[in-house]
Amino acid sequence: MKRLAAVSNSTRALGLGLIFLVTVASAQNGGTLRFCLRTEPKTFDPLKVEDEASVTIRYLTGGVLVRMNRQTQALEPELAVSWKVSKDTKQITFKLRTGLSFSDGTPFSAEDVAYTVQRLMDPELHSPTGDAFRSGPGSVQTKIVSPAEIIITFPAPVAGLDRQFDQVAIVSAHSPKKETAVLGPFTVAEYKPGASVLLKRNPYYWKADAKGQKLPYLDSIQLDIQPNRDIELLRFRKGEIDLINSLDSDNFDKLAGSTPQLVHDAGPSLDSEQLWFNQVARAPLPPYKKAWFRSTVFRRAVSEAINRADLSRVVFRGHAQPAAGPFSPANKFWFNANLKPQPYAPDAALKALAAEGFLMQGGKLKDKEGNEVVFSLVTNSGSKPRERMATMIQEDLEKIGMKVNVVTLDFPSLIERITQTFDYEAILLGLTNVGLDPNEEMNVWLSSSENHQWNPQQKSPETEWEAEIDRLMRAQASSSDPKKRKESFDRVQQIVAEQAPFIFLVNKNALSAVSPSVHGANPVVLVPQTYWNAEQLSLK
Amino acid sequence: MSIWRRVGCVVLLLVVGVSLAASWLAPAGYAKQYRESPGAPPSREHWLGTDEIGRDRFARVVYGTRISLLLAPAAALVSTLMAAFMGGLAGYLGGTWERLAMAATDVFLSLPWLFLLITVRALLPLNVSPILSVLVTFCMLGLLGWTAAARVLCATAGSLRSADFIRQARASGMSERRLFWIHVFPNLKPVLFAQFWISIPTFILSEANLGILGLGVAEPMPSWGGLLKELEGLVSLREEPWKFVPLLLLVVVVTSFQVMLSDQQEVNA
Repeated sequence: MKRLAAVSNSTRALGLGLIFLVTVASAQNGGTLRFCLRTEPKTFDPLKVEDEASVTIRYLTGGVLVRMNRQTQALEPELAVSWKVSKDTKQITFKLRTGLSFSDGTPFSAEDVAYTVQRLMDPELHSPTGDAFRSGPGSVQTKIVSPAEIIITFPAPVAGLDRQFDQVAIVSAHSPKKETAVLGPFTVAEYKPGASVLLKRNPYYWKADAKGQKLPYLDSIQLDIQPNRDIELLRFRKGEIDLINSLDSDNFDKLAGSTPQLVHDAGPSLDSEQLWFNQVARAPLPPYKKAWFRSTVFRRAVSEAINRADLSRVVFRGHAQPAAGPFSPANKFWFNANLKPQPYAPDAALKALAAEGFLMQGGKLKDKEGNEVVFSLVTNSGSKPRERMATMIQEDLEKIGMKVNVVTLDFPSLIERITQTFDYEAILLGLTNVGLDPNEEMNVWLSSSENHQWNPQQKSPETEWEAEIDRLMRAQASSSDPKKRKESFDRVQQIVAEQAPFIFLVNKNALSAVSPSVHGANPVVLVPQTYWNAEQLSLK
Repeated sequence: MSIWRRVGCVVLLLVVGVSLAASWLAPAGYAKQYRESPGAPPSREHWLGTDEIGRDRFARVVYGTRISLLLAPAAALVSTLMAAFMGGLAGYLGGTWERLAMAATDVFLSLPWLFLLITVRALLPLNVSPILSVLVTFCMLGLLGWTAAARVLCATAGSLRSADFIRQARASGMSERRLFWIHVFPNLKPVLFAQFWISIPTFILSEANLGILGLGVAEPMPSWGGLLKELEGLVSLREEPWKFVPLLLLVVVVTSFQVMLSDQQEVNA
């Protein structure tokens, strides 16, 4: 009897186990995913979004006409079932899904798209997202063909027109809740300033999985505002948060040491670290220094004397790759594969400098007028990787007789020097690239632009190569042929590599951490690395 | 001399001795990057391991100690001399001089110190060599750190001014200059010494604060502030305990100074 009872008990236990397993399997629905925002979101209006935290909320709540798949980098239909761009890239026609509603139940139609586009392009709104569409003077025209079809005509050609709509979250023309009525998988339910933002499942979200189950799987997402990365890491270790979207290499290795299964290195990201010299004619620098900085031979020699492999291996603990140019290999279409990172060649650098009249005397490099080559390299204080890179560059350049004084400044002082006073010699900073299209970098490459950092706001290009970059950037922006655009931008990348106005150093890898309790996560290099498929994430 | 003062003295002498022998103890220097072994744990080659870019941590600690221990007293001397000039003279002369000097002291005391240091440091020319950055940092500390001492000295000099023996000397026809050097200055000396010693640990800590903010001594020159930056993000004592050596040294040195000072104050009392 006892034996029988024992069997009976174990059978019951097995039965309970099966019920538990079934419960776990069906628990794909529900649960709260938790992760951190590094700053306070500045706005919940998707058209005014500029900062990283607001971009995160827009991505999770906003419904867009087309979405770039962060894994394949291909454009996929969302609220639009199809779209067509005119040959002159001024006009785009969207055919829309029908029967959809905003999170408050207001029906969605072409009127909402027209309202969104008109508001986006309203100069009074100063929409940073709208800037990408402003390629010429004039106003945007919207023509509603039917509730499910709309034609949008811009006054001037917009390069990569369809891809730009990945950032445009549609807002409702009729909902009394205005921008808080959304078409994305989640909706903002609660905001505690300085503490957290709670997103809840949008009950009207239109997507379903292959089995017909409504998405998203999660009930809610809790976004805790936490600027300190070390505390974020501690909380992840304690299981208080489920993922870290962008880890630095120090924390990545700390975590990898104890729990390697939680960390993901998705390879080179779009971000780059670079150094540039001040080439501004009116900068308060001695003329002989301006002559060095405007010399291609000098800039290239500096580039050759920097050991990028060491920077990647030592500063980023191997979680970075030597950079070849403005775009990293992560940008599958636009990266110029013919470019290779500058190899470390201090001897070649010295030879080139000697040909230019520089002379090494007693371990010090002097120009032909006898001026010792000494310059300051400024970076922002608080960035450990940049401070370390600057110190390593200091030692690398000492080998070719250049004396570098490393200076760290707080970010506002640094930006003031770059954009207002031009009182600096060399800067070490990084570029965070969110978009893939070179059109989004027009403000960096055009010589007339404010963000043409090494010599901004030129009335006319001061060098032949900058004139050529201007011409090529405008050519690619006005063409609808991807092949021709690629040819133009490949040449831009080649000129930048040859002239070295920016000395590209490394591309950091996209590092993230995901708890094993998160099901369906597949970290990628593009932002947002870990939750790009948030609607398909679930908690085990 | 109490036992604690003796211990403090021995510790300080030991630390100063080691820091002066830096070039003998760490002949490769503080800037050499062993790039093949960044972030290495302690070993026979690197007694305290290497930092994140492969520099020998022991070399950086002993050279950094030398910089902090040589220049903090220099900054303390500058600040004490300024305090003596402003506070001592104002207290002794009294009247309008005293009011003006104390108003200036009040203004300086009400300034947010750290922000002022950050602003002054940011206004300096960028192209400053590491050695010059060390001098600039400690000069700044010296020039801005005289105020508290000036108040003490002003009060002491003020009480001396009205002391009977000073009145008697003045009544007997002694010149003011002679009076100052013969009677006032010798009586101010203990206070000046005390202020000098008090300022040293304060400046050591101030440099450490500036270094943590990246505004102190420039790379590759080491200082305690710069070395303490390594502790940012360290979440556990067990993780890499050897990284705490600069902090331990700072605590030991500052405590030694405090022990000596408190003992001196007891003697004076």
